[in-house]
Parts: sequence; structure tokens; C-alpha cells
Amino acid sequence: MSDHLPTRPAPSVGRVLAERAGLAGALLLLILVFGSLSSSFLSTRTLVSIANQIPDLTVIAVGLTLVLISGGIDLSVGSVLALCSAVVGVMMVDAGLSIGSAAVIALAAGAICGLVSGSITVLAGLPSFIVTLGMLEVARGGAYLITDSQTKYIGSSVEMMAASLPILRVSPSFLVAVAVVVLAQVLLTRTVFGRYLIAIGTNENAVRMSGIDTRPYRMAVFVISGALCGLGAVMQTSRLATADPNAAIGLELSAIAAAVIGGTSLMGGRGSVVNTFFGVLIIAVLQTGLASVGASEPIKRVITGSVIVVAALLDVWRSHWQSRT
Amino acid sequence: MKPPIVSVRGLSKDYAVRVLDGVDLDLAAGEIHALIGANGAGKSTLCRILAGLTPASKGEITLMGDDFRPSDKRDAEDRGVQIVQQELNLLPSLTVAENLFLNHFPHRYGWIDYQKLHADAEVALQRVGLQAVNPRTPTGTLGVGSRQLVEIAAALVRDCQLLILDEPTAALTPVEISRLFDCVRELSEAGVSILYVSHRLEEIRTLCDRFIVLRDGRKVGSRNTVDSSSEEMVALMAGEAVTASKPFQSHRQNRVALRVEDLCRGNQVRNVSLEVKCGERLGIAGLVGAGRTELLRAIFGADRADSGTIRLGDDASIERCSHPRQAVRRGLALVTEDRKQDGLLLPHSVRINASLARLTHSLGWIDRRGEVARVEARCRTLETRFHSVEQPVEELSGGNQQKVVLVKWLESDADVFLLDEPTRGIDVTARQQIDRLFEDLARRGKALLIVSSDLDELMQLCDSIVAMAEGRVVARFQRGSWSRQSVMEAAFGDTSP
Repeated sequence: MSDHLPTRPAPSVGRVLAERAGLAGALLLLILVFGSLSSSFLSTRTLVSIANQIPDLTVIAVGLTLVLISGGIDLSVGSVLALCSAVVGVMMVDAGLSIGSAAVIALAAGAICGLVSGSITVLAGLPSFIVTLGMLEVARGGAYLITDSQTKYIGSSVEMMAASLPILRVSPSFLVAVAVVVLAQVLLTRTVFGRYLIAIGTNENAVRMSGIDTRPYRMAVFVISGALCGLGAVMQTSRLATADPNAAIGLELSAIAAAVIGGTSLMGGRGSVVNTFFGVLIIAVLQTGLASVGASEPIKRVITGSVIVVAALLDVWRSHWQSRT
Repeated sequence: MKPPIVSVRGLSKDYAVRVLDGVDLDLAAGEIHALIGANGAGKSTLCRILAGLTPASKGEITLMGDDFRPSDKRDAEDRGVQIVQQELNLLPSLTVAENLFLNHFPHRYGWIDYQKLHADAEVALQRVGLQAVNPRTPTGTLGVGSRQLVEIAAALVRDCQLLILDEPTAALTPVEISRLFDCVRELSEAGVSILYVSHRLEEIRTLCDRFIVLRDGRKVGSRNTVDSSSEEMVALMAGEAVTASKPFQSHRQNRVALRVEDLCRGNQVRNVSLEVKCGERLGIAGLVGAGRTELLRAIFGADRADSGTIRLGDDASIERCSHPRQAVRRGLALVTEDRKQDGLLLPHSVRINASLARLTHSLGWIDRRGEVARVEARCRTLETRFHSVEQPVEELSGGNQQKVVLVKWLESDADVFLLDEPTRGIDVTARQQIDRLFEDLARRGKALLIVSSDLDELMQLCDSIVAMAEGRVVARFQRGSWSRQSVMEAAFGDTSP
């Protein structure tokens, strides 16, 4: 009777750790390669500047990872970020609100965008690809409308989120982004909500037949993604000291790339927020590193694109190899 | 008798188990030959081999005196063997004419000759009595019956020596059936041999010259239709009654656990009323398509029922369940027929699967340690075999996967279990363990509704059996008052009063 009790380490836990070790190894390798190629790369200054550039992409990619795990996709994240950023600009410049109040309103605006996308997707049974493609246009148009297509300069009152802290050297934005990663990972792995997201992304029918109404969960994940766009907008506005309706064009693609490099399945049911964070770091190190060795913008794009495909290939090969052993 | 067009000798097919075992069959030119047997007897496998859809494991087939070993469906079609399968294989967005000539469009240098296509299509449609249908109509707009006839027409536009019809009348109205029969008789007069698979004995009596009976993959009889009665056909299909290995013990109480009244859903479930007592095991017998799965799904709220009432235990509510969530809250559990499709999260662990229906938590936080302990304990009572609860269920055998599904519902602490083919594709040992679990559940006062195509199993397990045919409950039997033959006759809807 005891032969079916655990006699060896749980395979899936091992797999998760192997995946994470692989990502950490790849990141380390990149840092070492660029460090040896460029004398200026391996300095605190470079690493701090990377850390202070990534918070907005990080929180967006976290939201997108949750959407992908539940079996959906959110293409509107870049535009919704721009819309929320425009909201921050209008609130602070035209309405004279403080950054705190403006941030709350921006988060709410993002959450509303997510609620609209999520409700239409779930209640009308449309593919989220289509609905969020529509939202991508609508939110971008909204950003232009409320700013009259003008970039709004806000100034130093918004910069405190992006300013380096004493001693730590990194910005409050970075710390907030790391906290979001940790919270989202805990949400995903330790709570009923996260468990259901993974289950819905794997086989929604089986979840429904187990007596669970999947609709509120699928909707909630879009609201979370939208609210994180609002947070990302605050971070970006703070970093650039301006609210730009042209901001974050194509950001959804960087976020998808980060999630894919981290091993999140575009088919749903599999993924990890921490691994997505590694994906963000890999993209950021690659960008900064290529710049520091003097690569031109076209070369950077060619290499970054290749890395995304290679990461996905490695992921396929790894799971293929694991299923045979 | 004319020399055979098709001659089959010692045909066998092995999947995980042997599903076809040394079958012989001869078909004369112009003969209409019926192929009958219970579900899983090997009828479809035999048809699939003849049509080139799957290779035989052993045995020989000759067609018009030549060795016949089709490499694929196209090869069989080129040699004159056409099949019309149960599932409709037409492309709904193409027109009728395009579907008819899909793999041999009349063309000039790759340009489709639509004039010829439509003229040929009209001729083909006329042959099956569909002259009223315009060949330019999109196929998806036709009714199921017409689409079935279009599919037969598509088989006939190719050169045809042997036509295999697998349950062609399942979706047809009486008018369409008689049209189909006329068409089949004309073909037979033109010298085409027909292999006719059907569950409807009445049809076989009116249409077919001879019949062959399969049971558990073996040929158990072959007769001329005129020399045989329907009772003999059923007896051949059913075989000898198998004596129960373990004495049956009833745990039925007087308290009603589930009462369903006048439940309807489309034409799949028609005015079904039934009652299950606490501790009762009620079997539901019937053919594929009799509405058994649909009945369970309608009770569970997986599909919305049109009308009727459902009462659980002493509840005041007689509301139907509109979502499985409501059903689970009221104490129902459904083990679905297809555990991969809607039972399991295959790439995920035993633990995640087993706790899906009832995830214990405080304020949304999962108690991981308690989860592991409970799942391990439940799996141990069912002797589920795996390395650890973290192993993905897709790596387990079919029997162990089914046990994980059952553990999921044991966790949910349901009072009424709806079980759709709970032991299908499961080896004997696992089956016995699952049977023991059912007995144990009954002893604890749980009510079980068991759908199974294995009548022996139902007769061994159940306190009572209802037979369903065409969406209705057509007969009810109590333990002691049933026989294999009486249940089968009711399910086949042929000799019932």
C-alpha cells in the first residue's frame, strides 16, 4: 500500500526549478558576455540604469502573464498605458491634482478599460484577441483626444517615483515593480484565484464541469491587467516627466516577448510571473548591453527578435526532452 | 449464389486490446448485407478497415478476386469501396456541388469547370432523391437528413463496387429513410454490394438479404434475414448471460435522493422522469444516441434543459440547475464520459486535479499541506498508482486517471453521483476497485446513476435499470425481474409493446 506514496521529488516542482535556473543562467551569461565585451557595462551605474528603466514593462508583463495563463491575450496594454499616462498628465497639469490622486485615477481608468475588454470577451464569447485589438485602437484614440495630441510636460512634481533612492540607488518604481512581481506570483501559486486561472487556461470545460463559474475569474484577470497598465503609466510618466499620448507604442509586443522568454504558454494554463520578470530582465540587459558595445538600432532589433524565437525553441525542446525521460 | 465481390478471411485488429478477432465475411454482387452487434462489438472497426481508414492487424481481404489492402481512404475509393460514416464529413461553407466533387473537381488547367460541376451534381443529387436541392446551396444550410443524403451521393459519384453505410438513418426522418431505401435498392439492382450497419432491426428486416452478428470482436452468427426472428438477432448480439462474480447486496433506503420529472431538452431528452433513492444504484441502458449522456448533462446543468423539475433529497426547491456550479452546491457530481475533454487538466498534477471541485481555503489562501494530505488519503483508498501527487495526470494510465476524477468528486462530498461510462477503457482490476467504490458509496447512502453500454456491468452493479431509446425512458426493470434479452429488446426499441 505504500508504493504509491511519494518516493521521489515531485517532478513538476523540479521542472519549475530547472526552468528558473535556466533563465537565471541565461541572464548571467548575457551579463558576463556584455561585461567582457564592454569595459563600461559591468558597473553599478549601468545596472542601476537598467533597474530604473524596467518597472513599467515589468508590471505590464505581469498583468499580461496572468491573462495568458487564463487562456486569453491582452493586446491593448500599450495603448491603455498611454491613455492612463494622458490621464495623469491632464489631472496634474490641467486639474492641478497631486501625483497621489492622479495615480489613483489612472489606476481606475486602466481597470475600467480592462473591465470593458473582459466583459465583452467573456459575456459575448468573443476571442480576447479581437476585443483587445479593438481596445488597442480605442484607448490610443482616447489618449490623443484628452491631450489634444500634445505631449504634456509635467515637471519635477511627478519625478519622485523614478528618482534613485539614497543608499539603495534604485528608484521607488523599481521596488514597487518587484513587489508586484512577488504579489502576483503568490496570487498565482498560493490562492484559489490563481489555481482557477491556471485550471481555466488548461481546460475551461473541465473547470466548468467541476462546478466552478469561470466567468468572474476570466473577467477579473483583464481588470488586473488594466489596473497594472495604470500603474505602469504612473511609472513611465514619472520616469519621463511628461505625459505622452504616443508613449508605449508596441509595448504589448515587448510584454508578450518577456512572457514567452519566461516560458509562459500562449495557449494558456502554463506560466510563471517570476519567470516573466526574468524575461523582462533578459530583454533589458540585451538592449542596454548591445547599446554599450555600440550596436546600431537595426542590429539591436535583429538580435532581440532572434533571442525571442530561440527562447521559444529552447522551451519546446526542453519540454520535449522532459516528456521523453 | 453469385460469386462474392468482397471476401474477408480471418480479419483481426489489435489496439490496446483485440477489437476484431478472426472475422470472415462474404458479399455477393448486388447483395445488401447487414452488420449488427452491440456497442463496441467491432462493427465500426470492420468498416474502417474495409474503407482503408485503418490497416488490419491480421487476415486477408479480396475484392473482385484481387488482394485488397488499401493504404488509405483514397486508395480504397479508387478501387471502388466507398464509405458513408456516422459523423458528417461535409464542409459546411462549400456548396453542395463542391462537396460532392471535392477530391476530383472537373477542371481545365486548374480552373474549375463550374458548368460541368453543377450539371454532374444535379445528376448525382437526383440519384438520392434530392432533385429539389440546388447544387449551388451552401451545404451548411441544409438539414441533417439532407446532408446525410448528400454524403451518400458523394460516395456514389465515384466508381462504386462496395458501399458501406454506417448507421445512415440515425438522423433521417421516415420520408428520407424511404428515399434512402429506394436508392439502396436501385444500387443493389445495378450490382453494387452494400454493407449496412444499423441498430434498427426493423430496417434490417425490410432492407437486407443477410446479416452478420459481431460480439466482442468475433463473428457469432450469419443468417438469411427471412429465416431469422428479431428475438434471435437480439439473442445473438447479447450472448450468454454472465453470472455475477460477487453476490449483490442492496443498500437502497426509502428516502428519495433525486427526483427528476418531465425533463426535456430538444429531441435528445424527452419527458424523462425518474427517481433514485439514497443508497440506490440505478443503471441507464441504451444505445449510443439514446440520450443517456444528454440526460445526465441536463440534470447537472451542463446543458440547459427546456422544461421539467429536479428535486434533491428533502430540498424544497424543484428548480433545474442552470450551471454546474449550482448542481455541485446542491450535492450533485458528474463523472463525464470523456475524461480528457471535460474531466481532467491533463498537464497538471494529481493534486490540482483531485482538489478542483472542492478547494479548501481560508480567505482565498490554499491550505497546501492539508490539500496534499487529503488527496493522498483519498487516492490510497482507491489504490491509485502514481509516483507522487505532483505527477501530471497525463502520465497515468486510463484507469488511474479515472480514479483521479472519482477522487475529485469524493472530495466534493456529493450526495448524488451521475456517472457516464465510468469504467470505459479501464482494465479489469481498476474496474473491480471502482465497482467496490460504488458499493461503498451506496452503503454510505449515496445515490448513483450509472450510464453504461456494458449491460453485464449494469446487471451486476445495479438495484434497478431503466432503458432509454430516442430520448425517452422506454422501460424500467428491478433486480430479479430483468434479463439481458428483455433490457436489450427495450433498448433497441424493436419488440417493445
